[in-house]
Amino acid sequence: MSSRLSTPAKRPFSSAVVMAVAVFLLSVTLAGASLLPENSLFHVSPFVMTLAGKYLAYAMLALSVDLVWGFAGILTLGHAAFFALGGYAMGMYLMREIGTRSAYGNPNLPDFMIFLSWDHLPFYWWGSQHLVWVALLVLAVPAILAGIFGWLAFRSRVSGVYLSIITQALTYALMLAFFQNGLGFGGNNGLTDFKDILGADLHASSTRAVLLIVTGIFLAAALLISRWIVSGRFGNLLLAVRDAESRTRFLGYRPEQIKLVIWVFSAMIAGIGGALYVTQVGIINPSEFSPSNSIESVIWVSVGGRGTLVGSVIGAILVNFGKTVFTTWLPDFWLYSLGAMFILTTLFLPNGIMGLGHHLRKKSEEVTPEIIEPEESEHDR
Amino acid sequence: MTDKWLLAMQDVSVTFDGFRAINNLSLHLKTGEMRAIVGPNGAGKTTMMDIITGKTRPDKGTVTFRGHDLTRMDDPAIARLGIGRKFQKPTVFEALSVWDNLLLSLKGLRSPFSVLFSHITKEEEKRVADLLQLIRLESLSDKPAGGMSHGQKQWLEIGMLLGQDPELLLVDEPVAGMTDAETMATADLLREINKTRSVVVVEHDMDFVRALGVTVTVLHEGSVLAEGDLDTVSADPRVIEVYLGR
Repeated sequence: MSSRLSTPAKRPFSSAVVMAVAVFLLSVTLAGASLLPENSLFHVSPFVMTLAGKYLAYAMLALSVDLVWGFAGILTLGHAAFFALGGYAMGMYLMREIGTRSAYGNPNLPDFMIFLSWDHLPFYWWGSQHLVWVALLVLAVPAILAGIFGWLAFRSRVSGVYLSIITQALTYALMLAFFQNGLGFGGNNGLTDFKDILGADLHASSTRAVLLIVTGIFLAAALLISRWIVSGRFGNLLLAVRDAESRTRFLGYRPEQIKLVIWVFSAMIAGIGGALYVTQVGIINPSEFSPSNSIESVIWVSVGGRGTLVGSVIGAILVNFGKTVFTTWLPDFWLYSLGAMFILTTLFLPNGIMGLGHHLRKKSEEVTPEIIEPEESEHDR
Repeated sequence: MTDKWLLAMQDVSVTFDGFRAINNLSLHLKTGEMRAIVGPNGAGKTTMMDIITGKTRPDKGTVTFRGHDLTRMDDPAIARLGIGRKFQKPTVFEALSVWDNLLLSLKGLRSPFSVLFSHITKEEEKRVADLLQLIRLESLSDKPAGGMSHGQKQWLEIGMLLGQDPELLLVDEPVAGMTDAETMATADLLREINKTRSVVVVEHDMDFVRALGVTVTVLHEGSVLAEGDLDTVSADPRVIEVYLGR
């Protein structure tokens, strides 16, 4: 620490930079290895590639949850809704790419629309044959929904468990809506049977390799941008709003605006994660809106370490790896172990795996801010 | 009439579930004045501050600050207008360093994007350093505020109030939980602040009020019972009755 009188305690989150580089290198390495001949020792199977891509996409969802929960104190139990919306937007494009190769062979209409005897695309599918337009939707749809929802909720000073319940209701309502065939998103089957992206075969190893690298790049970029947001004065303001909202009001800040900014940004990251997820997993259906998905993403963050950025990525990858292993070998025990993990981290590792590292290093100066539960001050109504 | 006073409360009443917390209260404060508010528990001292800072809307009456109608504004707007408030329980940003607490308090950037794209300026560094010196917390500059003693948090919060550069400071029980020496130092600090700003202090500690040496307003059941210097007020039989009970 410098001896300068006015040195602010810095929370630089330099671990986020390390993680961004690691994620990028991991995706490039795996992608490269998948292109090796199949008899090579270092060959990575398409199955592993898909898993890795899925984990990295989930890590983006976890990162988005950490931004609002860890830094602004908004416990969201509906963030998978933004993830799924991003996924559906990408799914629209991938459906249009199928073109005449579908069962009914209609160049414009996806099969499920023919099945509903629709004769033209609904207006919200217009332009979905262009990836650029869809990329815009991937960002805009979650952002607009989050903007409206957040504006209403934060302005009315809904917070704490009440807000959590509304977020849960939001994702549940969307799930029910997307189950409807009439909404024009394939009902309970969702969107699937994708063929290619920008003309490249989605099942080819080379395409999958590129998609994995793209996911790695987006996750790394999201980490770096998030780090920039939370490490400066705005990050301090987020913690201030999280811990003593009424104090920020009497200083002249409008906490609802500050929460809204991070909320919308977070929804956009979740949306990108969802879009990348769909390209690699090959299906999006209403079950992605299921409330349990959102709750799981909160568990990833709490396991990794809330309010640390990097912890959310570690948590998402680790828990999902556990899920893959468990559901293969001991499928009946997965939910129990997930629950146990959540209880154990809450009891013994309140700052998650990142907190463990901090604990071991004992007297390190730069690390994560301790999570201080916002006290209900007598000034809060 | 409004121009004569920095802060004017006229015939203000507020009722919570049938309970008249504030009852036809009138209070006027001149620019540059320091006023002490005393009164037994439930006299309406904190509710009065809530009304001035926009947290509670009065049912009737007018509240003006430099001619602005405060009853039409919300708390952040009133804060930006130049009224700073210190809570009864010291409220600072515990996860942040003392330095960062003060930086956030500085008058200026308030919208989310202006904060997001801000850089710490030399002028801001200087202002924070000055505040640190005034509240005597230089040595704790980079320590988290959450780890400080109660008295230090009180001082930090006063420092944050000053960072806002308000014309009027509302200070709710600033010496609660302080040692005698800290109490007297706080009285000195408030008198120093009063050289350039107006102050309203709510306090139970009579030694502290005496040390301030300012006009005292006694509140009782939501209205003004007596007003004057401490000796006059404490000799008032009605005040004695209220304090010593029936």
